[in-house]
Amino acid sequence: MKHLKSINQKARRIEEQPEVVALQGPPQQPSGPHIPLGCSFVFAPGWEADSNGSTHGLCQPVERDLFDCHTGCFWPAQVPDQLNYAQDWTKKCAAAAKDWRKLDLVFP
Amino acid sequence: MTQFALGEFHPFEAAGQRFVYLTPSAAVFGLDDEAAEVLDALGDGPKSAEQLGAGADTISELLRVRAIGEAGALPQPAPRSIPAPDFPLSTLVLNVTNQGNLSCTYWYEYGEDKIDDTENGRQPKFMNQQTARESVDLLLRESGMNPNPHITFFGGETLLNFPVLKSTIAYARERAAEAGKTIDFSLTTNGTLLKPEIIEYLAENRVGVTISIDGPREMQDQFRVFKNGNGSYDVAMPKIKELLKRHTSRPIGARVTLTSQTLDIRRIFHHLREEIGFWEVGFAPVTTAPGRDYTINGRGFDHMLEQFRSLAAEFLEYALENRHHGFSNVQDTIEEIHKGYNKSHPCGAGFGLMGVATGGDVGLCHRFAGSEDHKIGNVSTGIDKLVQIGFLQKHHVEEKTDCMRCWARPLCAGGCYHEAHIRYGDTSHANLHYCEWIRGWTDTCLKIYGEVMVKNPKYLTTDYADYTDQKEQYETSQVY
Repeated sequence: MKHLKSINQKARRIEEQPEVVALQGPPQQPSGPHIPLGCSFVFAPGWEADSNGSTHGLCQPVERDLFDCHTGCFWPAQVPDQLNYAQDWTKKCAAAAKDWRKLDLVFP
Repeated sequence: MTQFALGEFHPFEAAGQRFVYLTPSAAVFGLDDEAAEVLDALGDGPKSAEQLGAGADTISELLRVRAIGEAGALPQPAPRSIPAPDFPLSTLVLNVTNQGNLSCTYWYEYGEDKIDDTENGRQPKFMNQQTARESVDLLLRESGMNPNPHITFFGGETLLNFPVLKSTIAYARERAAEAGKTIDFSLTTNGTLLKPEIIEYLAENRVGVTISIDGPREMQDQFRVFKNGNGSYDVAMPKIKELLKRHTSRPIGARVTLTSQTLDIRRIFHHLREEIGFWEVGFAPVTTAPGRDYTINGRGFDHMLEQFRSLAAEFLEYALENRHHGFSNVQDTIEEIHKGYNKSHPCGAGFGLMGVATGGDVGLCHRFAGSEDHKIGNVSTGIDKLVQIGFLQKHHVEEKTDCMRCWARPLCAGGCYHEAHIRYGDTSHANLHYCEWIRGWTDTCLKIYGEVMVKNPKYLTTDYADYTDQKEQYETSQVY
């Protein structure tokens, strides 16, 4: 930089950052709550905790990861289980936002 | 046409140059004339690049460091992360006794504002060996990756329980060696119980010592009195001198409690530093509920700031000549400024530092040790992680709306929990009664920092590294 001189260590770190997207771009969306992206596909230790390291943000609200828990989740989830007894539960529900009414109760 | 507006920062001048202390990044930048002109021009409202007449590179640099921003843009929320639950514990303070041998009325442990209940027998007066050993085990367990955790012995008058202190050090060394770690030790004492064999032991074992003392005789004897009312100066001073002479393996500091009646800071400093020979002297205003007659009030804070400033000017002269001055309040603050500390919490209480009460309950820090309401575990059962996380979330600086407009928040973060508890009955309350003082003092330290960085930048960088190491080791032992 030509017009500013970094004085302390923090200033130096800001100066050394090659691409300061976060500083230059428009205001970013504040980072929201923890959104699981499919914990069932891999056995990835760490999904047991949310982004804050606790369990408060997991499965909140339950609808958020409904499908993840339904399809092939190794964890005993509180939703119909595709692997064992409810293979067709979502068959008529191609687009959840539109067809959610077709998701029926299941009595295993 | 994009309009630009000022970002959040505190401008200051030092050595004839202009600087900004940026909030919330805690970065310090020096400005050239063109950059300074842009900031001046934006002082009376948003302007476009054309109106500013400054070069594109000046504007983009100021934008990049967020000294300016687009007018009307929403402020970006600061990340609200809390330390991970396995954040290593680095200092455990053992209140080996809450019994004192003096009767300091202002004392938070037993004085008018105490929170610990010993009289009704909820906490024993002395920590026993078993509890001390369990504390050591807890520290080794909770210190995780930290190879060099620290134990501070505290009181009451710490030396009243010297036998437990001694056996704990032996036990801790043994257990630490098994765990492949080293533990170092320090204690805080009023000095009245020092004896040749104790001094010998502390020196041999490299136990860091901080002496609580208030200054020359008439100030020391104002509050630091024995139960019969006699002052403690004449008893403590020969012993302290003996300690300073014999114990040279660690620097020994003095810690002064300032009250409305003992505010002659220069005099206290020179007495303790030069006449007595402490390595450094730190000052802290007494923690009290409002209205006690020794409480430092608004005018007292102004007076204190004035005195701090004149002592700070002296510090600067020393620093420019690479000499050690010993006014630790400045030294500590400019080191924090230099590293760019940006605190999520005002101090390490509840994660890096915890205090153990005589009975074994673990509190946020030594000041809360023994308080049922501020308990986060017990040495035998461990730390309650949920309580700990809850505490850290609740006390994050971003939760303190009072602090959101303050440029000094990266360093202050709302101030001492204990002070807030005594003043406002709420540990998460910002310490609003000393905001002006904090900002005034931070501004003074920024100016000194700027001056040092222009005239003698080595003081805080290369040549200084060894000294800083020594300092850091010393620092971890400082418990007030």
